[in-house]
Amino acid sequence: MARKVSLFVPCFVDQLQPEVAVDTVKVLRRIGCEADFPADQTCCGQPAFNSGFWDEARPCAERFLHVFKDAETIVCPSGSCTTMVRVFYPELMASGALHDEALALGKRTFELSEFLVKVMGVTDVGAAFPHTVTYHASCHGLRELKLRDEPLRLLRGVKGLKLVDMLRSDECCGFGGTFATKFESISVAMGESKADSVAVTGAEYVTAIDPSCLMHVQGILGRRKDRARAIHLASILASEA
Amino acid sequence: MSASSTRPTAAGESPSTLTPAQKFLRDAATKSADLVHREIIRKNMDSYDAAHMRGRARIKDWEAARRRCQEIKREAINHLDKYLLQFEQKVLERGGHVFWAATGDEACAYIKDLAVSRGVKTVVKSKSMVTEEMHLAPVLEEQGIRVWETDLGEFIVQLRNEAPYHIVTPAMHLNRQQIRDLFREKLGEDIADADPQKLVALARRKLREAFFAAEMGISGANFLVADSGAVAISTNEGNGRLSTSLPRIHVAVTGIEKVIPRLEDLGTLWPVLATSGTGQPITTYGTLAGGPRRLGEADGPEEFHVVLLDNGRSSLLANAEEREVLHCIRCGACLNICPVYRNIGGHTYNTTYPGPIGSVLTPHLRGREFQHLSYASSLCGACTSVCPVNINLHHHLLHNRRDFTSAGGAKSGERTQFKLWRMAMLHPRLFALGGWMMRRSLRLLYGMGLAGTALDPLRAWSRKRTPVPLPSQSFRSRWKKDLGRNSGGNE
Repeated sequence: MARKVSLFVPCFVDQLQPEVAVDTVKVLRRIGCEADFPADQTCCGQPAFNSGFWDEARPCAERFLHVFKDAETIVCPSGSCTTMVRVFYPELMASGALHDEALALGKRTFELSEFLVKVMGVTDVGAAFPHTVTYHASCHGLRELKLRDEPLRLLRGVKGLKLVDMLRSDECCGFGGTFATKFESISVAMGESKADSVAVTGAEYVTAIDPSCLMHVQGILGRRKDRARAIHLASILASEA
Repeated sequence: MSASSTRPTAAGESPSTLTPAQKFLRDAATKSADLVHREIIRKNMDSYDAAHMRGRARIKDWEAARRRCQEIKREAINHLDKYLLQFEQKVLERGGHVFWAATGDEACAYIKDLAVSRGVKTVVKSKSMVTEEMHLAPVLEEQGIRVWETDLGEFIVQLRNEAPYHIVTPAMHLNRQQIRDLFREKLGEDIADADPQKLVALARRKLREAFFAAEMGISGANFLVADSGAVAISTNEGNGRLSTSLPRIHVAVTGIEKVIPRLEDLGTLWPVLATSGTGQPITTYGTLAGGPRRLGEADGPEEFHVVLLDNGRSSLLANAEEREVLHCIRCGACLNICPVYRNIGGHTYNTTYPGPIGSVLTPHLRGREFQHLSYASSLCGACTSVCPVNINLHHHLLHNRRDFTSAGGAKSGERTQFKLWRMAMLHPRLFALGGWMMRRSLRLLYGMGLAGTALDPLRAWSRKRTPVPLPSQSFRSRWKKDLGRNSGGNE
């Protein structure tokens, strides 16, 4: 029987980068999962949470718990939004009645590469992408979810893909949510450092598991008219020969 | 040379009327666009990174060492009353003096009175961030006392009338040519080829004169060892040892959180501090000072004073959630790895303690005016990943933000914004409609070439980045239209 998976599509992916979620669906279906999109979902609450507005974030979290109450497995193409659910929901609801439910929800919510490699045991999803690619280790995936090898193993399983190492691949790209606009100059400088690291590799594409980092890096690459382009891991995995 | 009394303190008196937050934004914009600065720091940090990783590899189980250090500090901080009193008792037994200072001003006054009453004309200081925190040097200089910084980096920034750029390497932002020029101007000798060894030799010659002239040596403390009443000082240049043993009077000044229970704890803390600070297996000189010179001893001061500074630390201690911030051993690792620090540099923070630990600590010590620092982070967590005592630094930044906001600190515009945001997020239809309207209007605006202009509500994004993508359909509408069908796919 096909494994049932509920999609958790980050709000900005829904609105600004829908292809990331479309490609996530393609990959999940290709490995034989049955994908479902609970249409009542909105935002996990992270923008408010990170800005200190925990009382504004909490109802979003409660709502999220409700929307995904019956979901067996939740998959999200973002390490950061997965972190919000798994790491920060329990803290946000530490004193409430929903704390245990939040903990349980975190245990069945997975970032895409984590789900593919750790849960499904798949490293070859039948993708082909004949390009040079370098990998940026997004902060939340790396340091909160401890996802170091999973995306790399998937990339190594892609036909025709040449993976090149990036210097300081685990240095933040400078996005950081509202940080990107509140501290524009610092964020841009960090993005430029990241774009420099990408340029040195000579890769055609820079990939990551977080769409927000990629939107930021693409914003910098685009302004500099650099050769490299940012692409989400899901979109590489969805590519076929 | 000039040990000028106009040296700016870490508080950085600015002639303008900018708030600390405005000044931070201004300086951050200048510094982060300074490509020469970016290159110097990147080079220095790259060599630190390499040394740090080599150093960590020398320790058989780095994670176990971190956990041990965390446990030692937790034990000390959770029983601060007991260990501080034990430390004091030991110092008194050996004929030393202990002064408990609630504020920086109290600590300064004690040291000033001591210096004046003993007729001190010259003071040598070994590195101490706490004396920066309480602005000690200007207080002594007002009394006509000459104050010499004897750590090479501190000596250099003192000659430049600057605050330290970094808590471990105060002159990290300078290259040797700049130091040569400084020495030529201030010390009157020209080392034409800017050879580092010759520059060091010059500074050393000057500092020797100061060491022999000084009646008082002031040091910080890396640790206060409770069971032996000893002040532990790590230096690489031997200046700590000279400052604490040559002058007649030794004053050690430090924060109350520096106490550790046992001498044997140094067996773990010293190598971990050295590894995190510079990548060294152990700092070159480890000095333990425990009191005045005793009968039959060859050297040491006639008088030994310890000044224990609170200055807001005990209120942090009272906060169970944030208390572990006091575990910090001031190694500087979080500064070095921080991508924000790497781009804006130490001076932009305008605080005694810059970088992640400073951004966590300063709003507690100096109040709301510095709360912007809690927000000046992408929350990447690199700091937490290297902290040798496992302080969850970036989560503390989140707590600072929460406490600030729930105490009504956020601007009213932002409060309204998040109220509206919450309403949209609680109503999926409103969310979808709002998103659609935003995309449509921005597409229209950007189509007219107005991205990044004053009319662009997302200009803080699009001034220096290509505009965000604005697809005609959201995922949810694509799902509803056709994507949602055929669930189960091709099995």
